[in-house]
Amino acid sequence: MLLKFKQQSVLPGFGLSFGYTIFYLSLIVLIPLSAVFISAGRLTWDQFWTTVTSPRVLASYRLSFGASFIAAAINAVFGLLVAWVLVRYQFKGRKFFDSIIDLPFALPTAVAGIALTAIYAPTGWIGSFLEPLGIKTAFAPVGIVIALTFTGLPFVVRTVQPVLADLSKENEEAAASLGATRFQTFKKIIFPEILPSVLTGSALAFARAVGEYGSVVFISGNMPMKTEITPLLIVTKLEQFDYAGATAIAVVMLVISFAMLLIINLLQRWVTRNQF
Amino acid sequence: MKITKYYKHAKTSGQSRLAKWILVTIAILFLGLFLLLPLIAVFTEALRNGIRAYVASFTTPDTISAIRLTLITTAIAVPLNLVFGVAAAWAIAKFDFRGKGILITLIDLPFAVSPVVSGLIFILLFGLHGWFGPWLTEHNIKIVFAIPGIVLATTFITFPFIARELIPLMQSQGTEEEQAALVLGAGGWRTFFRITLPNIKWGLLYGVILCSARAIGEFGAVSVVSGHIRGQTNTLPLHIEILYNEYDFVGAFSVASLLTMFAFVTLLIKSIVEWKFSKDLQEYSNDSNRS
Repeated sequence: MLLKFKQQSVLPGFGLSFGYTIFYLSLIVLIPLSAVFISAGRLTWDQFWTTVTSPRVLASYRLSFGASFIAAAINAVFGLLVAWVLVRYQFKGRKFFDSIIDLPFALPTAVAGIALTAIYAPTGWIGSFLEPLGIKTAFAPVGIVIALTFTGLPFVVRTVQPVLADLSKENEEAAASLGATRFQTFKKIIFPEILPSVLTGSALAFARAVGEYGSVVFISGNMPMKTEITPLLIVTKLEQFDYAGATAIAVVMLVISFAMLLIINLLQRWVTRNQF
Repeated sequence: MKITKYYKHAKTSGQSRLAKWILVTIAILFLGLFLLLPLIAVFTEALRNGIRAYVASFTTPDTISAIRLTLITTAIAVPLNLVFGVAAAWAIAKFDFRGKGILITLIDLPFAVSPVVSGLIFILLFGLHGWFGPWLTEHNIKIVFAIPGIVLATTFITFPFIARELIPLMQSQGTEEEQAALVLGAGGWRTFFRITLPNIKWGLLYGVILCSARAIGEFGAVSVVSGHIRGQTNTLPLHIEILYNEYDFVGAFSVASLLTMFAFVTLLIKSIVEWKFSKDLQEYSNDSNRS
């Protein structure tokens, strides 16, 4: 028996709204996006493979993924801590700090980029303290981690916060009344409940960080093999009119992005299953 | 051990007060370092040479043309995505059909794509050596390295924002009110404007603000398609980059401060909308609009 595509409904407008959604989605997103894959299909396998595995490109993957991973890990730890503090404690300025969490979403990446560079450059507020100690932050991989930590900051906080707020207190009370210390209660009762949301938030931060461009290019210094992220390499290839090379690297990035999207979807399913 | 110490307002023992103090201090230091310090840096650098130099940086012709281009781009991209967002949310939230999950994932795609790749796809389509390149050259139409390319890339980047805000909101509201209106004889459009629109207005406003914030601030995608022609194809973020690379730091940070103030407005409206939500939507048990 054929399953029906759409359930019966008395509301009007399905044809119009669904049709327009598919039309606009195809026009703006699907057809343009497929251009990358079709263009890449014109390359021979050898061309593709030598481009995406050349030493300079490999160095950029290591930097992009390494820095994004470290930034996501920093955000996992501090994002959880910030979410905990915002949900569980009352203190002066709580509302204020809660509302500025989303700043990295609202602030243009180029603004964040030049502001962070000004702070961490050798003459900057923090950079001038670290420079005599021999620690280079701006124009070094550490600077890239700082920029990516900034852009990824809201993800963990905002995914953990609602889960933490909905957590029922009964299990914690039971654990406490049975003599568990606060640390034991956190480790055995709370942490397993919020772990899926911490992982989802970190995965979102990681996915965002891998593709990030604006906030990184100012602070990174963009030295080939050393501080050159993968998105910057695409821009460099385009500026040299090497469209084939840019397309090949873009395909690698797109495949990784789609894989991340899949992982995030699975993680989110895990979160909702745990919640109800 | 007192079990009450896990409650927010409960009296706390000395030990847990110490734990609270340590955790709150770490959180504030972290947020101060990563969020407040960059904000302070923007305004300090912008005002480094005094208020006169600050104001002067907004009156250069290049800055004015960058502001104009940014506003034009936003004024085209946001309404396009607004119409789409409402249509998509209506189809997805009010009807049941197969493949809904896939459709939602496809709508999210631009979030997953690196801004640089988002710009690249339009170069591949409309660039000189792109698919439509020869045809466009023949007909003397410029898309890439001109305003249409900037608008297209911005529309792509901001594509999901309004739909993403509206879908969970409209799903949580169900279809009973619309059904009642239809039974009472209202037409489809009338039902939408009199029932649905008032119910979603705050979510819609927040979606539009988020979409505008991103449209104004987009850097990577626009940077790839713009061609960086001064006074012609520079949006505000690209203008900041040029000023910065020319060591005009006061100019760069002055323009940056303008965008920062817009970011404040975005956050303020978000707070107001969330407050309105919790007031308006108390009858709807489920506040699924945290994103």
